[in-house]
Amino acid sequence: MAVNQDSIKNLPYFSGLEGPALDAVSRHFFEKKAVRGDILVFEGAPAEVLYFVVIGVVKVFKTSADGKEQILRIIRPGDSFNDVPVLGGVNLASAAAMGDTVLNGIKKKELEAVSKEYPQIALNIINVLSQRVQEMVELVEDLSFRNVSGRVAKILLEHIGDGGGENPRLTQQEMAAMIGTAREMVGRSFRTLEEEGAIRIERNRIVITDKSALKRIAGIIE
Amino acid sequence: MVGNMPVIDTAKCNLCGLCVSICKCGILVMEDDKVKVVGSVDCERCTKWCNACELVCPTGAITCPFEIVLEDSRD
Repeated sequence: MAVNQDSIKNLPYFSGLEGPALDAVSRHFFEKKAVRGDILVFEGAPAEVLYFVVIGVVKVFKTSADGKEQILRIIRPGDSFNDVPVLGGVNLASAAAMGDTVLNGIKKKELEAVSKEYPQIALNIINVLSQRVQEMVELVEDLSFRNVSGRVAKILLEHIGDGGGENPRLTQQEMAAMIGTAREMVGRSFRTLEEEGAIRIERNRIVITDKSALKRIAGIIE
Repeated sequence: MVGNMPVIDTAKCNLCGLCVSICKCGILVMEDDKVKVVGSVDCERCTKWCNACELVCPTGAITCPFEIVLEDSRD
């Protein structure tokens, strides 16, 4: 299926590309569809494809031996996953669709071929990997230095939607898996944040009533 | 309207019936060997996600997802 070149140009991997370089990349793109719960990448399996989310949301997660899940990243349209392993090795984490999802993919050997031919792509890859390291450092910081209410507050701030349904809808279990705690602790944190006047829990919605207070609880300096 | 009711993954559901028995507003029923959501999407008894069904589900088959929104543009 033909992939829109404008959407490819907007991806960090391929920004700055024009003409023949863009043609070469777009020829290798393919489309994949998934529904909520579909596993797109299995942890430990050989990494064959780099994926970009076009529509929908994907979670990247690791699972412990006793089945506990830690969500590493939530991937929205325009962002990619499987970046690091596709450049060498096996999948470091699994990835699953959180709803109806459309992905674009490019195979490892084809990504390598175009990056050798067009050095701009190699530079872009370095920038993307740098961003991934920063994200991992932030996650370690969250787990090390923020209390559970602070982590929940940060998650809420990072996933504010416009009410139009474009942003992921998160369950308490998913939030718990993102911040490395139990589901019950997320429920308790909701009550704490509600008592602080930062949020209001409605049926199927969390309304942020005082963003500044939420930022303060999250330890985000304005 | 999608998203106003608990979401059931029938592939994960083991039909234990715990969610049906704990649901305070009675919107969950067991019918034809499946757990189904019934009733109005504006069910007045369910003013908040109580999450009880999600909490008791042993297989993670039923979930109550939240959307996160700002009350206004005030920052």
